[in-house]
Amino acid sequence: MTPVIEVAGLWTQFGDHVVHRDLNLTVMPGEVVSLVGGSGSGKTTLMRQILGLERPTRGTVKVFGIPLHGSNAQLLHKIRKRWGVLFQEGALYSALSVFDNIALPLRELRAFDEDFIRDMVLLKLDMVDIERRHAAKMPADLSGGMIKRIALARALVLEPELVFLDEPTAGLDPDRSESFVKLIRSLHETLNLTVVMVTHDLDTLVSLSDKIAVLAEQKLIVYGTLREAIAVRHPFILNFFLGERGLRALSAVAATINLNGKH
Amino acid sequence: MQQAAAPAVLDPDVRQARTADGAPAVELSGAWDIRALETRARSLKLQLRQFSTDPGSHWNLSRIQRLDHIGALLIWQAWGKRRPARLALAQGHEVFFSHLDSAAAAAPAAPFDPLRLVRALGAALLLTAEHLRGIAQLLGQILLDSLVLLRHPLRGPWREISASLFRVGTQALGITALVGFLIGIVLSYLSAEQLKSVGANVFIINILGIGIIRELGPVIAAVLVAGRSGSAITAQLGVMRVTEELDALSVMGIPHTVRLILPKIVALAIAMPLLILWTSGIALTGGAISADMQLGISVHSFMTGLPAAVPAVNLSLAMGKGVVFGALIALIACHFGLRVQPNTESLGIGTTNSVVTSITAVIIADAIFAVIFADVGISLL
Repeated sequence: MTPVIEVAGLWTQFGDHVVHRDLNLTVMPGEVVSLVGGSGSGKTTLMRQILGLERPTRGTVKVFGIPLHGSNAQLLHKIRKRWGVLFQEGALYSALSVFDNIALPLRELRAFDEDFIRDMVLLKLDMVDIERRHAAKMPADLSGGMIKRIALARALVLEPELVFLDEPTAGLDPDRSESFVKLIRSLHETLNLTVVMVTHDLDTLVSLSDKIAVLAEQKLIVYGTLREAIAVRHPFILNFFLGERGLRALSAVAATINLNGKH
Repeated sequence: MQQAAAPAVLDPDVRQARTADGAPAVELSGAWDIRALETRARSLKLQLRQFSTDPGSHWNLSRIQRLDHIGALLIWQAWGKRRPARLALAQGHEVFFSHLDSAAAAAPAAPFDPLRLVRALGAALLLTAEHLRGIAQLLGQILLDSLVLLRHPLRGPWREISASLFRVGTQALGITALVGFLIGIVLSYLSAEQLKSVGANVFIINILGIGIIRELGPVIAAVLVAGRSGSAITAQLGVMRVTEELDALSVMGIPHTVRLILPKIVALAIAMPLLILWTSGIALTGGAISADMQLGISVHSFMTGLPAAVPAVNLSLAMGKGVVFGALIALIACHFGLRVQPNTESLGIGTTNSVVTSITAVIIADAIFAVIFADVGISLL
């Protein structure tokens, strides 16, 4: 099987400031990988580089086996139709209604008629648990939780194989983030998605991820299951997982799942 | 679901077949996912339609290799949005159709409203009234704030005023000079042709002097500033609304009228008359150069003839106009900036409205000035 994402020898440098030093990361199909790290450790930059929004100083990024930098526009366009991205603030187009936001990627394909697009949008709204009466609303009239779910529906409308989630539960209340995690897990199971997410929320991290990639000191200090990550004695890991909050989250989920990250 | 040694994935295909007991059946095979359907959706839809005319036929979908919601929806629509009685699905594909069964009813269409135009007209009038009230309120608030500042002058936003003055005044010198110079040349050139034909060459000084100092200079400078600084002010306040900076100021107890709006109004009220002087001066220079070439009136005699042709009160009038125009532009720009809703479209609409409204307001104010001061500063021969 070809890896879905393959980052090799990646360097990122802003002037004299080195963000990533010879970083490597491989994500296989069907895996759920979480990127964690302190603020300023370059999680978001790494994700933007994998998305092709930024260019690394050195090194290669391959998605679906195709190098992102140096491939022709047609190939890149094909990759972009196979992934979906949930931005932290949703990034819904504020000039378009909820319905048109979700319909936009489908309409861009110019392969389907309006009747088909309507049913597809309503189906996706059902999947993320948004009532139909909200379809005509504008993004400015929605709450943060609804924006997240609608943005997820938009990210999923082209049936992507790879989904990026940037802080999927940030800004949601505990109840909503719980149901959001459940939603992502059930989508992962039914659609066999590969998921890459950046998160600070330990509950989300522990209950969703197969693998955890810890970014610190300009590289991945650990890339493995939760148990492997915790086993590493590093100040960031001690603080993040084994601090007071971390232990609370770990003990809360330890009762329901094994600490090896599989469920 | 992928396997290690999966067989090659075939193109999507629809075929007439027979079941084991010889009944007619429709058999689907290959990949029915978005990657395969993207280019074939229309033709496959037609094929499916043909096969779905017989409601009793058996549908065998168990040979589909890959399926997603797109493929499932395409098939489901061909069935007339409900499952056929006899259906065989591959393992794991049930979930796609069960999602679809719960999604059926259409969104209701907007009801027809025969009074739509009347309603739209009424809404537009009410909106205008609301804008007028909003601007009046803002002006009132600014006056109240200035009274407080008069008592505590040290707390005034002097740095902000100075910064605004530089942005709206100093940085506008280039563009106003360029436009003023060109207008002066054009006006002088066109008038010279007419005056030459009636032998009234010297009156070029009167025409340009009165026309530019009294009317054109103020209006041109005001239109340029409205387009340049008015839009910038609206956009700045609008973005501050979008990013909640205005709310942050409010909760810190810093009134944004004093910190943001007052400096802009004061700065424009100061800069505008000066810009008008500058624009008129440059325009007259352009006119004088053109008159020298067309009519042989030297630049020197043009300038020395000017005081006799244009009474000095016209300059005061132009400066007075400048103060009013500047304050109007800033007030309108701030009003529209504060009304921006937290979304990108509203920001665009707000900026456009701000510029259009302030230019209109400037021209209306100019007309009012013309009526009030009709017999001031015009020397009849």
